[in-house]
Amino acid sequence: MNHQTERLYLYPVWIRIWHMTNALLCLILIITGLSIQFSNPSTVVKFNAAVTVHNLAGIILTISYALFFFGNLFTSNGLHYVIPVKGFIMHLKKQFYYYTVGLFKKENAPFPVDEESKFNPLQQLTYVVLMYGFVPFVIISGWGLLYPEMTVYSVFGISGLDLTDLLHIGTGFAISIIMCVHVYFCTIGKNPISNFKSMINGYHESH
Amino acid sequence: MIYKANIRPAWVVLVLLMLSLLAFTMIKTSDTSSPVNEKMESEQEKPAITDFSKFKNAGENEKCFKCHGQSKYSFENPESEKTITKRMYSELVMNRDVFYLSNHREFKCTDCHSEDYETFPHAGNLRMEAIATCIDCHGGDEKYAKFEFEKIDTAFLASVHSEKHNEDFTCWMCHDAHTYKINARSNENLKQTITYDNLICLNCHGDLKNYQLLTDKAKPNILNKHDWLPNQASHFTNVRCIECHAKNEDTLVVAHHVVSKKDAVRKCESCHSKNSILYASLYKYQVSEKIEKEGIIKGLLMGESTSIGPDKSNTLNIISLVIFALTMLVIIIHAAFRIKK
Repeated sequence: MNHQTERLYLYPVWIRIWHMTNALLCLILIITGLSIQFSNPSTVVKFNAAVTVHNLAGIILTISYALFFFGNLFTSNGLHYVIPVKGFIMHLKKQFYYYTVGLFKKENAPFPVDEESKFNPLQQLTYVVLMYGFVPFVIISGWGLLYPEMTVYSVFGISGLDLTDLLHIGTGFAISIIMCVHVYFCTIGKNPISNFKSMINGYHESH
Repeated sequence: MIYKANIRPAWVVLVLLMLSLLAFTMIKTSDTSSPVNEKMESEQEKPAITDFSKFKNAGENEKCFKCHGQSKYSFENPESEKTITKRMYSELVMNRDVFYLSNHREFKCTDCHSEDYETFPHAGNLRMEAIATCIDCHGGDEKYAKFEFEKIDTAFLASVHSEKHNEDFTCWMCHDAHTYKINARSNENLKQTITYDNLICLNCHGDLKNYQLLTDKAKPNILNKHDWLPNQASHFTNVRCIECHAKNEDTLVVAHHVVSKKDAVRKCESCHSKNSILYASLYKYQVSEKIEKEGIIKGLLMGESTSIGPDKSNTLNIISLVIFALTMLVIIIHAAFRIKK
């Protein structure tokens, strides 16, 4: 190990298990979701199978999200998701500058990972929007589609079910895009695979 | 860097969720509309026609409606010189309001029925009168060519109804000429078309009395027979029975070739796919009309076809694809610069 490398135990077992479960479920949901959305008789995953797996994965995601939600409500991990209002825009600009310019000039990261702040401001904003906006919305709209009679019949003349469907798909798509960017940003670490290793052994490596 | 903990977003979400739940409960309890309710309400609220005289043959027809327009009729008995009131058989009662809203409202009763009916009491042999079917009037007439009555007749003759019951099953079983009102071509209210068409099937398949007019078999329970169908209630209110139980023909607006149970559609993909059979049947007019009139986005939003799953709008697909491609492009460029440095 490089003598300059600092190892921080940042990801306890429950977070790693939750994260892996979440990643797997998201992948399954995206694949089956696309199969449902673009279904035709020759699709690899048949419609009935895709719907069953999608529903099942959605139910497990709800449980997994509940664990995340209450875990972050009552443990110190939740503090990482608290956005400080003061100076936040400036911090965002700094982080954006780092990703677009500073990184290529070998500058140091403006907000290095430490035990008290494992997310940089850009990560923090993305994760809050994702985990407290998009994910609960996609879960609730998903349950609405699972029990269509529960949805409001009509919203300003538009079918409530269709609106739920459109918003569920739209949010699912937004989550998929964020997931792609998330996986890419994970390659920005000590080396391209160090962040992936962190999510297995729990240790964040920095230098 | 330490971020001071103020309010965890989870609490904000929790409060928002509670408020949303409250709002939802309030909306849901006040939202009593449903396709069936709407249909019933529209029937109830439909203003009764008070002035029948504006219809071409109303004066002549009133001679018949005088007795057949309600559930009882009265006549003078010349022998006893008393006014006798009797009950009209429900099958022979014709509702004026419904008749004058129907497509055949300009007709005279005696255009189709014998003029001998003008005499009361009606002669017994009039019961033997042949009843005209749709093709008898509409077949071979240029005026009705666009409705393809000949093709409808061919499709109907090939149907399981015609095959099993021969001449006992006529157009009248589903379409009463006194009440028939065209509705499938406008798509003004898709839900009403669905309810209207499904009630035609349920008139026999949901009513033992009518079902056993043509068979001695016990009527199958429709709900049990369809228990394999996910979200049964949603399917029953959002598509018509004929979507799965009739063979669609391109040129016909409404499929009349009702097939036997074993040939009914059972595969989800038949409807839930890009090449959904619904686009050639239920949404035939709606898809083209809505998108043409209201543009792709509004047409899609206002349409009632989006819940079927497949990609419905090329515009939205293209937008999604462009967003995805741009994201990937930015990632590739960023990665390329990192590798280069």
